[in-house]
Amino acid sequence: MEYLLKMSGISKSFPGVRALSNVDFNLIKGELHALVGENGAGKSTLMKVLSGLYKADEGTIFLKGKQIVTIGLREMIQQGIGVIYQELNLIPYLSVAENIFLGREPRTALGTIDWPRMHAMTEEVLAPFKLDIHPKQKVIALGAAYQQIIEIAKALSLQAEILVMDEPTAALAGNEVNRLFEIIARLKKEGVSIIYISHRLNEVHHLADRVTILRDGERVITKARGELSNDAMIKYMVGRVLDEQYPQYDSVPGNVILEVKNLTKKGVCDQVSFTARAGEILGFVGLVGAGRTEIMQTIYGYLKKDSGEVLINGKPANIKSCREAVGLGIGLIPEERKQQGLVLGMSVFDNAALSVLDLYSTFGVLHRKKITHEVNTMIDGMSIKTPSIRQLVRYLSGGNQQKVVLAKWFIRHCDVYIFDEPTRGIDVGAKVEIYRLMQNLAKRGAAVIMISSELPEVMNISDQIAIVFEGKIVKKFKKGELHEEEVMEYSLGLHEQQGA
Amino acid sequence: MSQRSKVKTMGRKIDYKQVLKNNGILIVFFLICIGLSFLSPYFFTMNNIMNIIRQTSIYGIIAVGMTFVILTGGIDLSVGSILGLAGMICAGLMKNNETGIFVASAVAILVGGGIGLLNGLLITFGKIAPFVVTLGMVTIARGLTLIYSNGYPISGFSSEFRQLGGGYIVGIPIPVIIFVVTVAIAWFILNHTRLGRYTYAIGGNEETVKLSGISVKFYKTMVYVIVGIASGLSALILTSRLNSAEAIAGQGYELDVIAAVVIGGTSLSGGRGSIIGTLIGALLIGVINNGMNLLGISPYFQQVVKGALIIGAVILDRLRDETN
Repeated sequence: MEYLLKMSGISKSFPGVRALSNVDFNLIKGELHALVGENGAGKSTLMKVLSGLYKADEGTIFLKGKQIVTIGLREMIQQGIGVIYQELNLIPYLSVAENIFLGREPRTALGTIDWPRMHAMTEEVLAPFKLDIHPKQKVIALGAAYQQIIEIAKALSLQAEILVMDEPTAALAGNEVNRLFEIIARLKKEGVSIIYISHRLNEVHHLADRVTILRDGERVITKARGELSNDAMIKYMVGRVLDEQYPQYDSVPGNVILEVKNLTKKGVCDQVSFTARAGEILGFVGLVGAGRTEIMQTIYGYLKKDSGEVLINGKPANIKSCREAVGLGIGLIPEERKQQGLVLGMSVFDNAALSVLDLYSTFGVLHRKKITHEVNTMIDGMSIKTPSIRQLVRYLSGGNQQKVVLAKWFIRHCDVYIFDEPTRGIDVGAKVEIYRLMQNLAKRGAAVIMISSELPEVMNISDQIAIVFEGKIVKKFKKGELHEEEVMEYSLGLHEQQGA
Repeated sequence: MSQRSKVKTMGRKIDYKQVLKNNGILIVFFLICIGLSFLSPYFFTMNNIMNIIRQTSIYGIIAVGMTFVILTGGIDLSVGSILGLAGMICAGLMKNNETGIFVASAVAILVGGGIGLLNGLLITFGKIAPFVVTLGMVTIARGLTLIYSNGYPISGFSSEFRQLGGGYIVGIPIPVIIFVVTVAIAWFILNHTRLGRYTYAIGGNEETVKLSGISVKFYKTMVYVIVGIASGLSALILTSRLNSAEAIAGQGYELDVIAAVVIGGTSLSGGRGSIIGTLIGALLIGVINNGMNLLGISPYFQQVVKGALIIGAVILDRLRDETN
């Protein structure tokens, strides 16, 4: 068979780590080939070799039957390989058109930018997506889904025949995901080949023609769609059978710890009321942009509320800053791990200790031994994989980074834990561990709140669930009371009138 | 077995390179010192070394304070003007109001800390960029100095006060002792107190620190207070040493101070750096100034060398970043 792309025997080592060893990977024209594996399995490294960012130690790459010898980012783009990275690489304050044609702006005879032509070309590039995006719009004003589409449009405008998508749905929800899938289907029809990296196995099932699973830098298996069940995929990814994807436990609801009454902030949330009990996990579902994160940020004092009340253990708490929230026993594990949860340039130790330095110091002088002991105990208890607590968190894998963020808050024994998308972008094995950690917090008597865009996860892990639509809680229900389809309907605002 | 030993030697080799890269400035520093010892017989004498450190201490003390500010990702351009104002007020109190040395000195340090506090509050609560606030403060503080002194120098202090800049304790110049103590205190604060750890953390990711329930505004304000106090302290030494407070004292010092911090490997974007680096950076500038004077190099040319040194240090830092 003639492969469009054939990578064979690819190996790549970094000091102390063998990231890829003897990996084979190929791509047929017009297919979607999913690349699956746990964090650190080597998916991103393989794609960086393909994009020309890394040079493989061993192995060959054939593109349309021709071997590629000298590779650099620029050459690979010219060869028609477009990579859309997990972190979007758009320039926020430039327009859509400027982003798409960055570095190759059409010029006038005088050498100035030919704006009318650039805008026309942009419209042409965006036309197939049938979206309401104007070329002059600043990228920052667009949502994550649209930004993703602009990245895709940019790659296509470069005549990409092979498109690499790294976790494209990580920042999207519901209808946005569907829109992306439609676009993917259209691209395939037009003969574009896609390499698709995702942790969401349902997506992989839905989209992929073939699936390749990597584990610890080696290719485990390549199969056609339908030949692998979810369970089988997970088995190949982790190299063992997971006992259960969603561990269960018996919750013992206790007293109401956090009570929110009519919390309102203009443009963010409207008359939000709910209670969180000790020993229970309260899930918040809704589309991205529904205001779940903002509701929690308002409770946490990160955003200023307009009206409404927050009570902690029955006592009114007028929280005006994050510091006061933490002082009252609330911990918030933010959505953006790297931007809000960690100081990437600091060590595991420094990050984990960040929230408790005030507890373990006298007149500002730290009790180093005590803190080191606490951090070590926590890191062992959570099985965080790091060579030492002196290692910079920058160098840990996504799952381990997330565990460091959790460790930071677990050390501090809060009464209320708010998790915002705690499992985004981390692998299946680490997810299960995080569910268990959340359940342990609940067992210990904390009130746990979880925001998640992965419906099955919220539906299986939470004891109580609230659905948010446009800043309002439109429905509350107990675990098992509603089906996924019904929850989706509420999330889309189809039952708005019924109220909470 | 053979593979294992191979891995081991590979590991050792990388460590060796790493040591070279991480201590690049220290190595440059020693090479320059060795070179100068050959070129000028006077360079490596106790007298000259003490002289270098004494000269270094004046801006070195401020550089210690500046390290805190730059670690948070901020900058303070007003240190020279703060020095001018604090020195002038101290001199004025002693000469015109017959205030005692200790009270006058304390007031000078308070003035420094006070202006730092003002800088810090404008930056945190006023939400104005540090560059802008302290740029404004450069002329405000200088203007206040001119108003207070009418533009005339105030000179001639008691012999006790002159000890501060010119005296010795067990053969070591007092400014050197103050400098070393300042470095030691700063090292302790940076490594063993909340203020220090938060200073690094804020520079690394302010958002994370805020969400961790820490008052970013308070700690950010504190670093400007620290550099203000350091400037006040430095003002005392300079005024004592010159036996005169000039209205233009400290003008342009911010450049040497920032240069010392940057040469010492502290990142201007914050979050990474060390006080020992700043000490070496300050000494390196001192040694180069001194060496070029000894070799009779024109002051015009000296400026070119100093500028090149700053850029060179940043390139070195960049190289280290890329290989790590």
